[in-house]
Amino acid sequence: MSFFDYFKTKKNPSASVAKERLQIIVAHERGQRDQPDYLPALQQEILAVIRKYVQIDDDMVQVELDRNENCSVLELNVTLPEHS
Amino acid sequence: MAKIIVVTSGKGGVGKTTTSASISTGLARRGHKTVVIDFDVGLRNLDLIMNCERRVVYDFVNVIQGEASLNQALIRDKRVDTLYILPASQTREKEALTREGVEKIINELSRTFDYIVCDSPAGIEHGALMALYYADEAIVVTNPEVSSVRDSDRILGILQSKSRRAELGQDPVKEHLLLTRYNPVRVEKGEMLSVADVEEILAIPLLGVIPESQVVLNSSNQGMPVILEDESDAGQAYEDAVARLLGEEREHRFMTSQKKGFFSRMFKG
Repeated sequence: MSFFDYFKTKKNPSASVAKERLQIIVAHERGQRDQPDYLPALQQEILAVIRKYVQIDDDMVQVELDRNENCSVLELNVTLPEHS
Repeated sequence: MAKIIVVTSGKGGVGKTTTSASISTGLARRGHKTVVIDFDVGLRNLDLIMNCERRVVYDFVNVIQGEASLNQALIRDKRVDTLYILPASQTREKEALTREGVEKIINELSRTFDYIVCDSPAGIEHGALMALYYADEAIVVTNPEVSSVRDSDRILGILQSKSRRAELGQDPVKEHLLLTRYNPVRVEKGEMLSVADVEEILAIPLLGVIPESQVVLNSSNQGMPVILEDESDAGQAYEDAVARLLGEEREHRFMTSQKKGFFSRMFKG
């Protein structure tokens, strides 16, 4: 530490890191909050149907509902394993 | 009809009971007949903060179950005579607070009181849900710290979906942000989230900022609501918050560090 560093006010940026992390997690959780209650059950049932034919993990089916002004889009994302 | 105000936060230890004690004392001190209810069944502490722990005979659950009348359970504050405390039960199960039971008592209190302040337990379980269910307004107590802000946002979501007003499709619960344990020196060093940061994330109107202060612990040690410490910054900040709650315009104070001059450093330490 040089002599002049002593006079510099050290800026610890941890508050801005906190803010950024919060903005991301809060936005994510608010998105989930607006989802209808049946979504997790729907996801489980779709998973069960797919598993009759292909063995996939729980996190390989993503179900999301996007609400627009005059229509809602149910987005279904299924990732299949490489050798199926 | 009384106005029902819930003091809530999601996270524990952020200052809900301290705030409930001060806000209810502040409302009562302005002449409004006020009752403050402790909803934290099994972990009651409002009685300690209000210095009436030795006067508890009957509690909230006794009244719900018809073992005591409301008048028998209500404790009149010794400092402010328009203030009453309804203590939580220390021994019962949380489930003893039924929605119907709570409603009956709130309706009965509503006939004679101007304000009903509900001190919520931490968490988002039954007790917390009961505390917020009948609310007209909510004071969301938040510390400038990541877990507290996140939990506050969660509790805001619950207010917007699980309160009676939400269920009946009435006007939403009026939300107020109360930022407590605020340390302007650390904010200026970039070590702590600022008021503006928290306001931006939670996006609800700011009721007040309570600075981190020795006085808060001192007054809880003595069972004295900190708002009665008129000389202190935290006490004045609570007084401002009460004024704003009642619709007065007050400028926010104690949000910047008071830089000590040479002389005050020398003579006050």
